[in-house]
Amino acid sequence: MEKAQVIVGLGSCGLAAGAGKVYDEIARIKEADNLDFELKKTSCIGMCFKEPLVEIVDDTGSYLYGDVNVKKIDEIIDKHIVKFSPIPEYIVKSDKYESPFKEYFDGQVKITLRNCGYIDPESIEEYEARKGYQAIKKIANEKIGVQEVIKTVLDSGLRGRGGGGFPTGMKWKFANGSESKEKYIICNADEGDPGAFMDRSVLEGDPHSVLEGMIIGAYSIGASFGYIYCRAEYPLAVKRLNIAIGQARERGYLGTDILGIEGFNFDVAVKEGAGAFVCGEETALIASIEGERGMPRKRPPFPAVSGLWRKPTNINNVETYANIPWIIINGAAAYAKYGTEKSKGTKVFALTGKIKNGGLVEVPMGITIKEIIYKLGGGIIGDKKFKGVQLGGPSGGCIPEHLSHTIVDYDSVTATGAIMGSGGMVVMDETTCMVDIARFFLDFTQKESCGKCTFCRIGTKRMLEILTRITEGEGKEGDIEKLEELSIQIKDGSLCGLGQTAPNPVLTTIKYFRDEYEAHIRDKKCPALNCKKLLTYEIIPEKCTGCMVCKKGCPTQAIEGERKAVHFIHQNLCIKCGDCYSKCKFDSIKVY
Amino acid sequence: MRISRLNTKDATCETEDAVDLGLLESLIKKYKGKKGNLIPLLQGAQNIYGYIPKSVFEKISKETGLNLNDMYGVATFYAQFRLSPVGKHIVRVCHGTACHVQGATAISDELIGFLGVKDGETTPDRIFTLETVACLGCCSLAPVMMIGDETFGKLNKKKTVDVIKEIKRKESLAAKEKLTDNISKN
Repeated sequence: MEKAQVIVGLGSCGLAAGAGKVYDEIARIKEADNLDFELKKTSCIGMCFKEPLVEIVDDTGSYLYGDVNVKKIDEIIDKHIVKFSPIPEYIVKSDKYESPFKEYFDGQVKITLRNCGYIDPESIEEYEARKGYQAIKKIANEKIGVQEVIKTVLDSGLRGRGGGGFPTGMKWKFANGSESKEKYIICNADEGDPGAFMDRSVLEGDPHSVLEGMIIGAYSIGASFGYIYCRAEYPLAVKRLNIAIGQARERGYLGTDILGIEGFNFDVAVKEGAGAFVCGEETALIASIEGERGMPRKRPPFPAVSGLWRKPTNINNVETYANIPWIIINGAAAYAKYGTEKSKGTKVFALTGKIKNGGLVEVPMGITIKEIIYKLGGGIIGDKKFKGVQLGGPSGGCIPEHLSHTIVDYDSVTATGAIMGSGGMVVMDETTCMVDIARFFLDFTQKESCGKCTFCRIGTKRMLEILTRITEGEGKEGDIEKLEELSIQIKDGSLCGLGQTAPNPVLTTIKYFRDEYEAHIRDKKCPALNCKKLLTYEIIPEKCTGCMVCKKGCPTQAIEGERKAVHFIHQNLCIKCGDCYSKCKFDSIKVY
Repeated sequence: MRISRLNTKDATCETEDAVDLGLLESLIKKYKGKKGNLIPLLQGAQNIYGYIPKSVFEKISKETGLNLNDMYGVATFYAQFRLSPVGKHIVRVCHGTACHVQGATAISDELIGFLGVKDGETTPDRIFTLETVACLGCCSLAPVMMIGDETFGKLNKKKTVDVIKEIKRKESLAAKEKLTDNISKN
């Protein structure tokens, strides 16, 4: 019998949920009871909602245990490993049992995430065992020419996964066509969208696939050096990338005359970003690598002509690179089989917010948003009413419930006013205030605006002021129109994507949820009961027992009442802190 | 705009501690004369001191020939760089979209109340610095905060305060032990 394997998911989400402690506990039991199994690490498999996850693979099959904690793991090891009897109640996926999350798995097609959760990201052998570095070897062995590689990427229909959606093959073709002895290739891993973590998971879970994609890209455009510009907030990703680069150098996938391809010299370094959202914009990212403030530059010239150190440069996103080796091995047609006419392949989404199965999903393009939310995502937490979904982070927009039949492809999503973006999908229910969400994003873009363009710098500030006023009950007639006017001007007057897209969340929420804006402005009410200053707290006399808990806690002594008598809130004194509401044990305070 | 993060107190490095500039030697040696070295130099310096003291700016500028204005411009542009000392534990509250819709503001308010400092400030005992970050990328565990390298998820007001109290308790224990140690030595 082969040794059983116990594999613990040690991605950032897993670690945050306590997977590190679970791993240590397994190691302790193994040592203490002298058990014979192999303890291994892997990264995120996408089921963040069931973290920590532990998979046991033995000769009978594979069993994935979810929601594991230190206590549970004792039981799992004891029953499964020692007594050979798996515990079906804890299993979330197995080839022996029907998974309770069948729809979550069946709806997915894993190309980008093909290795995530299957391999130890710190082991090059495990990557190689799953066709790793086969793509670059294929190019070397079969002497596939540069133009042919570019054609394959073009034919696959792969478009930039960072959000822009520009055809990757086209980008490579331009960079290839630029004459220069010195060229660069950059991986944009500055994933700054609040609510998105696809790139982090790929970098942590399968760093070699990104590296191999870059090597193929470097071969295609003729670059001799590459940078991975990674967010400093992702320490684990940085660590694993550096390990991967070291291993790739040892094996000769990086270096000179790589795999015998004469004259193909290439090496990679990781550059840690220093915390600026605008550096996700390619020209700002280049400025940052050069050691300057990350401010965007005018285009043209495009980076393909004059980029890093004024040399031709190709920039792609993490997810884009991770797709490349698969496309080279399986062919353009295999990739283009998935998706719609203009958007091919698959897309990874970070499904978060008020959703039951929050985590990473990789779906074929062309699937509807509704399917993602209800089939893969399992629906809304607490089965509340689904209100809308924010796609594309602060640059994107909100797609309302009545448009949830929209299919996921670049053009259909853009038609709604949102953008595909990098893949953040934040689900909102009836308790989310759309005006507040718009304000939240504007607050973000306003803080992150680099200050170069006047419209972006000052325009977003003015919009934020108006939105803040509306959420505080100081909205005036004409505010909505003013927001719309400012939006148009900011879009027109900004140099880079940050400014050009910053008004999107406001425009889409006005478009689809105008009544909520009007309720805030005219009736001074927040329909979602979210904006504090617009709430009214009142005691329901029939339910109040006169326990005095609310009265004691009230910071402004706005509550009056004797013991065992019905209490009363003086509205003129109430500062709407909600303390009474959260403390009342008898649900006798209503809020409206 | 990014620069407005700065308040004047930060900018003048008022509370500068005694700084051992010798620690910079190997860092400067590593990056001197290399192109694009400004950010790695500042990052390295911050790793050593926890923030970038004024004297460090001057030392790096003198040794590498980098322009002091450029260095200051870059240091104030990026959110990562700090110009004043920080607490032993940096409490970073995630304000990403997922955390926002799950109530991150309440978590921040609770911490502001409990620690008695505002966003970006350090407690007088220099144990905690409170910071707001855009996204920690653990969206499915929202709301989330990170203290040091440890992430705490699915927070509520009570859980948040409990985490802080636990650190405080450990800190005061450690301080007490140190004190008794000193007394017994004397």
